[in-house]
Amino acid sequence: MTFMVKPKVRHPDLPKNELGLTRRDYEAANSTLCAGCGHDSITAAIIEACWANSLAPQNVVKLSGIGCSSKTTAYFVGGAHGFNSVHGRMPSVATGANAANRNLHYIGVSGDGDSLSIGLGQFCHAIRRNLNMVYMLENNGVYGLTKGQFSASADLGSILKKGDVNNQPPIDPVQLAITLGAGFVARSFSGDKAQLVPLIRAAMHHKGFALIDVLSPCVTFNDHEGSTRSYTYSREHYEEAVHADFVAPAREISVAYKEGESLPVTLHDGSQVVLHKVDNSYDPTDRSAALARLVERQKQHEYLTGLLYIDPEQQEFHELSGTPDTALNQLPYELLNPGAAALSKVLSRYR
Amino acid sequence: MSPAAAANRVNDFAIKIASVNGTGSASANGLLMKSIFRSGVPVVGKNYFPSNIQGMPTWYEIRVTRDGHRARATNVDIVVALNAETYARDVQEVTSGGYFVYDSTWPRSALLQRDDITVLGVPLARLCNENFQGVRTRILMKNICYAGVLAALCNIDLDIMRGLLAETYAKKPQLVDSNMKAIQLGYDYAQQNFQCPLPLHIEKMDATRGHIVIDGNTAAGLGCVYAGATVGAWYPITPSTSLMDAYKAFSEKLRVDPKSGRKNFIMVQAEDELASIGMVIGASWNGARAFTATSGPGISLMQEFLGLAYYTEIPAVVFDVQRVGPSTGMPTRTQQCDLRSTAYASHGDTRHVCLYPADPEECFHMARTAFDLAERLQTPVFVLSDLDIGMNDWMCKEFQWDDSYKPDRGKVLNAEQLEKIEKFWRYYDHDGDGIPQRTLPGVHPKGAFFTRGSGHNQYGGYTEDSKDYQIVLDRLRKKSVTASKLVPPALVEQDPRNTLSIVSLGSCDGAVREALARLRAQGVHVNYMRVRGFPFGEEVEAFMNAHQINFVVEQNRDAQLRALLTLETGVQKSVMRSILHYNGMPISANYIVDGVMAVVQDKQRPAAQLVR
Repeated sequence: MTFMVKPKVRHPDLPKNELGLTRRDYEAANSTLCAGCGHDSITAAIIEACWANSLAPQNVVKLSGIGCSSKTTAYFVGGAHGFNSVHGRMPSVATGANAANRNLHYIGVSGDGDSLSIGLGQFCHAIRRNLNMVYMLENNGVYGLTKGQFSASADLGSILKKGDVNNQPPIDPVQLAITLGAGFVARSFSGDKAQLVPLIRAAMHHKGFALIDVLSPCVTFNDHEGSTRSYTYSREHYEEAVHADFVAPAREISVAYKEGESLPVTLHDGSQVVLHKVDNSYDPTDRSAALARLVERQKQHEYLTGLLYIDPEQQEFHELSGTPDTALNQLPYELLNPGAAALSKVLSRYR
Repeated sequence: MSPAAAANRVNDFAIKIASVNGTGSASANGLLMKSIFRSGVPVVGKNYFPSNIQGMPTWYEIRVTRDGHRARATNVDIVVALNAETYARDVQEVTSGGYFVYDSTWPRSALLQRDDITVLGVPLARLCNENFQGVRTRILMKNICYAGVLAALCNIDLDIMRGLLAETYAKKPQLVDSNMKAIQLGYDYAQQNFQCPLPLHIEKMDATRGHIVIDGNTAAGLGCVYAGATVGAWYPITPSTSLMDAYKAFSEKLRVDPKSGRKNFIMVQAEDELASIGMVIGASWNGARAFTATSGPGISLMQEFLGLAYYTEIPAVVFDVQRVGPSTGMPTRTQQCDLRSTAYASHGDTRHVCLYPADPEECFHMARTAFDLAERLQTPVFVLSDLDIGMNDWMCKEFQWDDSYKPDRGKVLNAEQLEKIEKFWRYYDHDGDGIPQRTLPGVHPKGAFFTRGSGHNQYGGYTEDSKDYQIVLDRLRKKSVTASKLVPPALVEQDPRNTLSIVSLGSCDGAVREALARLRAQGVHVNYMRVRGFPFGEEVEAFMNAHQINFVVEQNRDAQLRALLTLETGVQKSVMRSILHYNGMPISANYIVDGVMAVVQDKQRPAAQLVR
């Protein structure tokens, strides 16, 4: 069945994607976050990526936990089902949803509080299962909705608005994800749309768990002097190691790459991520080297960004589970029920 | 024992085997029980085992019951003592006039000082040491050898035993021979040294035809396969683990596409119970029949998610195989102690649908009922089994499946239906039964909605408006009333002349029925109602109000069923009397008879008022 999207009042010259949809068709409810919140820029980037990738809105599933970042699933792709679950538990809901229907696009949105404290376990285990989803971690170093407590990603020495100094080492989701074997690990900054949009587009095409940790300043509780997550600090301590361009399947690669500086990586569906090595000595396909560099930059209080690790060859959750290509929720009951005759046979050993 | 008394005990006695866990006695015990069953004699098997893998005392009780009772035995007539560490207590277990069989390789005359029982020493270790090589083999064979001793003492057919071994070891025929050799050693020794058979023995009957011997977890796992469940998520916990094992084993047998080898099911071993219920909710939200199995501690961990599923109206099926609490409690012992924690699980105003199976047969069928109700009502449904049902062997009528059954998927709008409607409102009650319509992702753009645990109005939008919030909460209450009409009704056995009743649930059933028969034999006539679902249907209150005293029989300390009855019905507290059993062992008929008689014989109360 084909679905006609109702025409909205819009400028006739708005660009359309392959489905004939404009960016407007990927918008949703208005944001209720603070003006200037980094999360709103990320929402805009997700809208851009979904539009550019020509995703049918009803085939997108948006999942989140609890917190400022988790609220944003209501602000993009209004034509998709959304699930704002409980604090820190989005990965399990995503696992179940994905188990039931492997053929939809799963976008999880979480924050540093949601993923790195209460939900650290579920975050890790979703990675271990290599759940096929895009996991956006909107990372601002504080709890916004409860008014500005440190989160587990707060940097050593970072100062709260009221003066408290953080003396516990941060949990870096990027290092953690690489350690746990994730096949697509990126970091970006909410203020760098040119970097973020291609990353999200590529992540959507990656088969398996794709983490994008996005530094996303909290304008209300963590944008002051002494904060290591303010707009100013982020911009000053932000180093792009690898810039990723996304090339959709069956499109000509038109950019010329200098030998040794660019690396095209083909994803399972034929699309490509073309990695531009901003830092020539960085190899995003070498797991241990990537980790070493991350640790080194962290010591120097720098945020290494870009597509930091990629391995497109991993088997994802359903491949590991041996399920059919058809979604489990589409299998007819007749196929699932062995019937009365089989029951009698099964029970023979209990007679 | 007089000839009349002896004849009276044929096919009506109990054997208890005391051994050390991890030494192979489980197979011998299963073999003995099944051999009696195959002789056409009804049998009950109860395993009392430690929370341990190897080296701790364990007991297995086989009740031979020609009358087909289903509760544990009250008295033990024959004890087979294989664990020297527990001789002292095992010898005390034997009822007067009974028998104590022990390994006389190391005589223990000083310990066995009871002149009202017969001690039968069999040098099991010596027999096996002389006939088998290797330490491990000798231990294993010693633990099958006693099956031969019992076969001789109790007249159990060796050919049936051999047949069973051949089925068990179809792929390792040499094991049939070695096991039979050990059995024969024990059999011959007993024949040569004792008067065989004992007055307590088996005579073939024809009372097990059309029946099977199965545990409730296996039955429930099979029930999930038949119900069409495709997603199982769980975290291992005793005594529920074998339910998921069974689902997996049956699915691998019955649900794998023969051509592609692909599995038409998925199982996820979660990182904890919070994740397992989250997965079930995610999968059910997305239109799969999904379930989990757990026990009390797991239910505690799932509380937050259960409230979310209740409020956002997402189906979920949770098997709670109850064990002794609080806390870690006694994980390998049985109780009915999660009645409250499931009925009102989570924070805020929540009420959940619960089903109370009494035996493996109901576990099998209620699996299907649970999925139908969860999807019809769009809410979590608990199936409250317990360790006794879940892990013990029960004789049940062979399960039948009706091939005309179609799953009830509830009010899920498909693409055609969505195409026709103007607007989809997720939480709107169109027809007054309190159940809204739902949609699945990926079906139609008009079906999109936002699921949120935060306040929402009947159209599915976010709200902090008092009135809009309350409309949804009141409808949920209405849905609960609908649920009370859809859950399996209480089973009632009622003679209008009787003023006494027993109200019970779940695994108490066998003991209650046996108690009713015994009370009847003493001239005390008692009606019976077994509750099978929550929220209670109207029949529950009507039945209880028709009696002067309702004995509420349950297996927990705090009278949780009675508490639910008090809260949820208009029945006066004064007409309820609790009979509570909560030591971890399954309740016996005697316990109930004693509880009823204590009230009936109460001098303060004119007996005529109570007993017709």
